Amino acid sequence: MTETASTLLSLVPKAEAKQSMKDFKSDQEVRWCPGCGDYAILAAVQGFMPDLGLAKENIVFVSGIGCSSRFPYYMNTYGMHSIHGRAPAIATGLASSRRDLSVWVVTGDGDALSIGGNHLIHALRRNVNLKILLFNNRIYGLTKGQYSPTSELGKITKSTPMGSLDAPFNPVSLAIGAEASFVARTIDSDRKHLTEVLRAAADHPGTALVEIYQNCNIFNDGAFEALKDKEQAEEAVIRLEHGQPIRFGVGGSKGVVRDPATGDLKVVAVTAENESQILVHDAHSASPTTAFALSRLADPDTLHQTPIGVLRSVERPVYDTLMADQLDAAIEQNGKGDLGALLAGSDTWTVVG
Amino acid sequence: MTSQVSSPAEHADEADETGETLVGGQRRPPGEKEVRQLDRVIIRFAGDSGDGMQLTGDRFTSETASYGNDLSTLPNFPAEIRAPAGTLPGVSSFQVHFADHDILTPGDAPHVLVAMNPAALKANIADVPRGGEVIVNTDEFAKRAMVKVGYETSPLEDGSLDGYSVHPVPLTTLTIEALKEFGLSRKEAERSKNMFALGLLSWMYHRPTEGTEKFLRTKFARKPEIAEANVAAFRAGWNFGETTEDFAVSYEVAPADTAFPTGTYRNISGNLALSYGLIAASRQADLPLYLGSYPITPASDILHELSRHKNFGVRTFQAEDEIAGIGAALGAAFGGSLAVTTTSGPGVALKSETIGLAVSLELPLLVVDIQRGGPSTGLPTKTEQADLLQAMYGRNGEAPVPVVAPRTPADCFDAALDAARIALTYRTPVLLLSDGYLANGSEPWRIPDLDELPDLRTQFATGPNHTLDDGTEVFWPYKRDPQTLARPWAVPGTPGLEHRIGGIEKQDGSGNISYDPANHDLMVRTRQAKIDGIEVADLEVDDPDGARTLVLGWGSTYGPITAAVRRIRREGGAVAQAHLRHLNPFPRNLGEVLGRYDKVVVPEMNLGQLATLIRARFLVDARSYNQVNGMPFKAEQLAAALKEAIDD
Repeated sequence: MTETASTLLSLVPKAEAKQSMKDFKSDQEVRWCPGCGDYAILAAVQGFMPDLGLAKENIVFVSGIGCSSRFPYYMNTYGMHSIHGRAPAIATGLASSRRDLSVWVVTGDGDALSIGGNHLIHALRRNVNLKILLFNNRIYGLTKGQYSPTSELGKITKSTPMGSLDAPFNPVSLAIGAEASFVARTIDSDRKHLTEVLRAAADHPGTALVEIYQNCNIFNDGAFEALKDKEQAEEAVIRLEHGQPIRFGVGGSKGVVRDPATGDLKVVAVTAENESQILVHDAHSASPTTAFALSRLADPDTLHQTPIGVLRSVERPVYDTLMADQLDAAIEQNGKGDLGALLAGSDTWTVVG
Repeated sequence: MTSQVSSPAEHADEADETGETLVGGQRRPPGEKEVRQLDRVIIRFAGDSGDGMQLTGDRFTSETASYGNDLSTLPNFPAEIRAPAGTLPGVSSFQVHFADHDILTPGDAPHVLVAMNPAALKANIADVPRGGEVIVNTDEFAKRAMVKVGYETSPLEDGSLDGYSVHPVPLTTLTIEALKEFGLSRKEAERSKNMFALGLLSWMYHRPTEGTEKFLRTKFARKPEIAEANVAAFRAGWNFGETTEDFAVSYEVAPADTAFPTGTYRNISGNLALSYGLIAASRQADLPLYLGSYPITPASDILHELSRHKNFGVRTFQAEDEIAGIGAALGAAFGGSLAVTTTSGPGVALKSETIGLAVSLELPLLVVDIQRGGPSTGLPTKTEQADLLQAMYGRNGEAPVPVVAPRTPADCFDAALDAARIALTYRTPVLLLSDGYLANGSEPWRIPDLDELPDLRTQFATGPNHTLDDGTEVFWPYKRDPQTLARPWAVPGTPGLEHRIGGIEKQDGSGNISYDPANHDLMVRTRQAKIDGIEVADLEVDDPDGARTLVLGWGSTYGPITAAVRRIRREGGAVAQAHLRHLNPFPRNLGEVLGRYDKVVVPEMNLGQLATLIRARFLVDARSYNQVNGMPFKAEQLAAALKEAIDD
């Protein structure tokens, strides 16, 4: 049974009065390094939350460990700063037992993909009603600068003075491989795009994974410069929009087509002849194949040809809905539980005094 | 209490002459054979792990329970699902002890051994005292099968079973013969030989049979021909006993009416009682039950059982790993559920960090550890009590956790309710330490009236609880109840109480992040004081004779220790007995109790973990008596060890 976004969201009570960004700011002093990309994300989240119109007491932020995981302390909602990597598991218990809550997970590349990799993939495959914000800065910040599972191969850090030997994960590819029903990517500095993507995630029934490229100006400054620098960005960033041809570059000079020889995607210079063959982005495609192929266009070292936006958004049964349905079905089939009958069972004997 | 040590032959010449064919549901054969009265019997069913011995034992136990004997069981099986057929490691057994009086253990030595193959005979015969009855399935005693387990000559013929009362029965052939008309393959028909054996033993001990027939028809409801074949094999076994001359005598063990207080009873295993205790706690607390769990022997049955009761509002989540199991439970606890995770020792090791988080978050959470042999994978299907120190101390930092231990299978029900009481009242994770012996063993249980169950209702926070200097009303998540030191439980969805909690040290009261040294010192001591202050019942001491020696136990050793103490007293010795349910905090009077005795003996299925705690806490020269062979203590050995300590 598939539940639509509107019916799932309707389980979360609405705010009685109009809310503002201020309502979502906690009284705690924000303690990220000056210039950290996390500030922009926090502002975007606090800024868009009022638009959701949900009662803020029914919103919960759960995080693990790392710089990004301090996030819940700054949100004037319910929140839990848990332990390294486990936020998706904890949030799963919360979301599956309380369908009247809007549950958000804030995590980082180390938290989600290294120590917590198992929980992330299983949350995605189960399609629990969670919104997971993965702040990817391609470095370990809180432990002061070791390479992370998204760092590029050969990265020189304190723990890899001769260069890292690990091939990086592409979080979007990983999520699509893990059966995610909603996968998007955005960038900390692009407030408008970030907000649009967050809104789409919030509307999605089931697990939504949003990878947010986030600059760590202390240990990995400029990691995403290719995507932010005005001149480079036009060539580097592929902005995906559902229903639109996938074009990028100056004046849309480049496009993505399917290579008939291999079935794979490739980038071509757009001409009058091939314009009709430019792939139209279909985020709702039942098959994840094209979304996966799109996620592989990016060069892991230079980040050129990085698609951003909603790569995949499909509806499939939501874990917490199915769990609640089973409880209802059990009552329908067997009646509401009768403890006395349960304890007695069927084979008893009586001792008379 | 009649004799704990009497042999089945003790009343053997008291032939019953009342001539009734039915005694309180007991099914007495109508024939002419002699019937003898016994006060207790220990039977062990042993066979290959694929022979269905656990089912056979379970059914015999159910028949026995429904007849009203007191009973205690000991299933014993290999970790492999199907170990190589016919080998010693593949032997699976089920021992049941039943009596007309109150008994405490599954018994030290079986009076009757049912051996379905040479391996089962070889693995178990040493436990049967001479004079015992041995029923062997002769069909399996082919040369190859005997050589496989090291019998060079047939034990049925070479005199090695002299002194036993051996009943050679071609169980397989008889079963196949009995099922001829069902048109089953030989292999399918053979499978019912355990029901033939059950029928035979049911005849020997006059067990009621309706329950088993009903059970078989329900179990095989979708395969009626298999159900009927099993019923036919079961009846054939009964009739075989009735007609064959080899079985000249059958036995009666009267119901244990006088041993039991008035009430309605059922048979129950530890894991089932624990599952019911959790459901009952959920009802009594008026909170939905949430289980986050990862399958692990011998705890999985709790996951299975709770999964069947979704109509009680029970949510069960089979997680991707042990850590996610407890993580989900903790998340549900934050949301206001009665949250539980179930596991065994290796799982507790993986959950440690999350238990520490729960200590820091001060949320109610039950961590159920069905202990098994360790370290590492250890002995998954065998019992042990070696997780006590892990439960007490197995976390980083000062992370005190209450520890509760049930003493018998049925007591798992009460222990679960008690653990829930502590978790909810004090907002803390609680470790409930059961073990493999309690989990799989069973005994009669007086079914409680629902109004006897404790009231576990708790209050969620509903509004501000603190006034700032400027007069603002605020909610402080770490402002404590002055009596219990528990912090308020404010669940998401409550307007105005939005707050953030986490594993970082918190400022006393406000709960905001604090690295202040003095505050950390205060918080560490406060968390400890909260656990130390938990209300637990005083320790009761059983000491009718003014003894100088106290035997102190905890958990599943209650049965064997009590049986050993009875033996000593029967022989005129004096020994005091006390048994701990609460390992943390200890009962308030424990130090005073220990101080009353010259000697304190602590029997444990580990290398002395409780003894270590007692010595450290009370400076008492406690002596350990230890056994870590994967099996419960035998009362006789334990009595000898206690006697030695008393006389020392």
